[in-house]
Amino acid sequence: MTIEHPSATVADRPLLSVRGLGKRYGAQIGCRDVGFDLWPGEVLGVVGESGSGKTTVLDCLSGRVAADGGQVTYTKADGSVVDLRRLDEAARRRLLRTEWGVVHQHAREGLRMNVSAGANVGERLMALGARHYGRVRGRALDWLARVEIGESRIDDLPETFSGGMQQRLQIARNLVTEPRLVLMDEPTGGLDVSVQARLLDLLRGLVEDLGLSAVIVTHDLAVARLLAHRLLVMRGGLVVESGLTDQVLDDPQHPYAQLLVSSVLQP
Amino acid sequence: MTRYNFAYLDEQTKRMIRRAVLKAVAVPGYQVPFGSREMPLSYGWGTGGVQVTASVIGPTDVLKVIDQGADDTTNAVSIRKFFARTTGVATTTSTEAATLIQTRHRIPETPLREGQILVLQVPIPEPLRWLEPREAETRKMHALEEYGVMYVRLYEDITRHGRVAQTYEYPVIVDGRYLMRPSPIPKFDNPKLDRSPALLLFGAGREKRIYAVPPWTRVKSLDFDDHPFEVEHWDRPCDLCGARGAFLDELIVDDKGGRLFICSDTDFCARRRPAGDPPRPM
Repeated sequence: MTIEHPSATVADRPLLSVRGLGKRYGAQIGCRDVGFDLWPGEVLGVVGESGSGKTTVLDCLSGRVAADGGQVTYTKADGSVVDLRRLDEAARRRLLRTEWGVVHQHAREGLRMNVSAGANVGERLMALGARHYGRVRGRALDWLARVEIGESRIDDLPETFSGGMQQRLQIARNLVTEPRLVLMDEPTGGLDVSVQARLLDLLRGLVEDLGLSAVIVTHDLAVARLLAHRLLVMRGGLVVESGLTDQVLDDPQHPYAQLLVSSVLQP
Repeated sequence: MTRYNFAYLDEQTKRMIRRAVLKAVAVPGYQVPFGSREMPLSYGWGTGGVQVTASVIGPTDVLKVIDQGADDTTNAVSIRKFFARTTGVATTTSTEAATLIQTRHRIPETPLREGQILVLQVPIPEPLRWLEPREAETRKMHALEEYGVMYVRLYEDITRHGRVAQTYEYPVIVDGRYLMRPSPIPKFDNPKLDRSPALLLFGAGREKRIYAVPPWTRVKSLDFDDHPFEVEHWDRPCDLCGARGAFLDELIVDDKGGRLFICSDTDFCARRRPAGDPPRPM
């Protein structure tokens, strides 16, 4: 199924367009017939319980998992449109390093734990050809400040950081090359609520400042409400409901979406 | 006793290794896999170098073998004797007289010339090994020229030590394309790789890889614009021959703190000294 953009005025072409995306793990269905359009500057939330296929969708997009079927087209910064499933690996990896960012649920997967915070942030710059130590370090300092990590921590190993800081470092590491699209898998998973709140605040600010587009996978509806403009509700590998965030959360139509929304504890 | 084939290896094996060498020369800095053989010396003693030497040596060659700059250490003596016995070629300690030089951990101080071949023994050919443990992934990184992570390492060195602390096996880019580990030569020798008139062949026996730097190929040591590549230097000359600007070894000569700094290249040092010149201890 697909969603029409609510106001097709910002751009004439979606940044990311997904049609009929499917992935099986043997007899098991990872996801089936997933489709959506993501427009520039838009944040799409994917919600659902564990095992509903959220992460599979994200992994198919980032190429970490090869999808079995469907079409994923992406409009590059130069205006050309590429089919990600047909793209050769060299071009796909370059895209991931330049125009895309991937924020993992566990910061360890997205960080180099044995090198300093500065080197972590600088890696993408150096991968893209930055060859001036001072300038790389300067950019790293800038970005650490933007994600509220103190200047004095630039030479410390991520190991010595708290969970929330590691997550913010991972975000800085991805955003330093100013990607256009960021894929996030449970960015607030495993963090306590006050740290979550700060991180969400930060993310919301960054998304607005940079005009980022993002796909955020989360099981936390509060996160979805804060960050996402639109939502996909997934269950058993299928998208069962989709629409504007407040519409889906305040007036869910599908029985499962109703269950999901009503399961949230009200403090 | 039946005699060994010329240069120990059978002709089929030599042809296989020569094909790998030709491919390595055609793609400078690229690690070519080859079917490394068991050799009559243990891994880590130069099995890769010996196989490359055995494949390129001819009856008219003059062979020199170096170990850490010296012609008279165990490894150098053994390998030289091995080829003297299995090929009958002339051997020498003179860099100038040699047509084929097998070496471990040094490039001679005496400039090489066109027509010479230098064979380097390599323990670990993969420059990305300690950064990326998966072989499949490092091959992909070479194929796609993804060398950013190597700069992460240099960045980290400068951050921790104020300079790049790597003093040997200093990574280089060959012909603007492949990242290469120049075997454990001191970074002092890196500039000698650049546009070398001699053919440089690298053999890793255990890891089963051969790579090459053809004559006159550009070889650039990795660095940052604001932290350019530098070689080590000594503020004193060699205590034996008085050479400045050569790579010096520190030698402890007694138990009272006496020490000598002498050229690591024994042939270079000996040629500069008058006959019978005694050492000058500090």
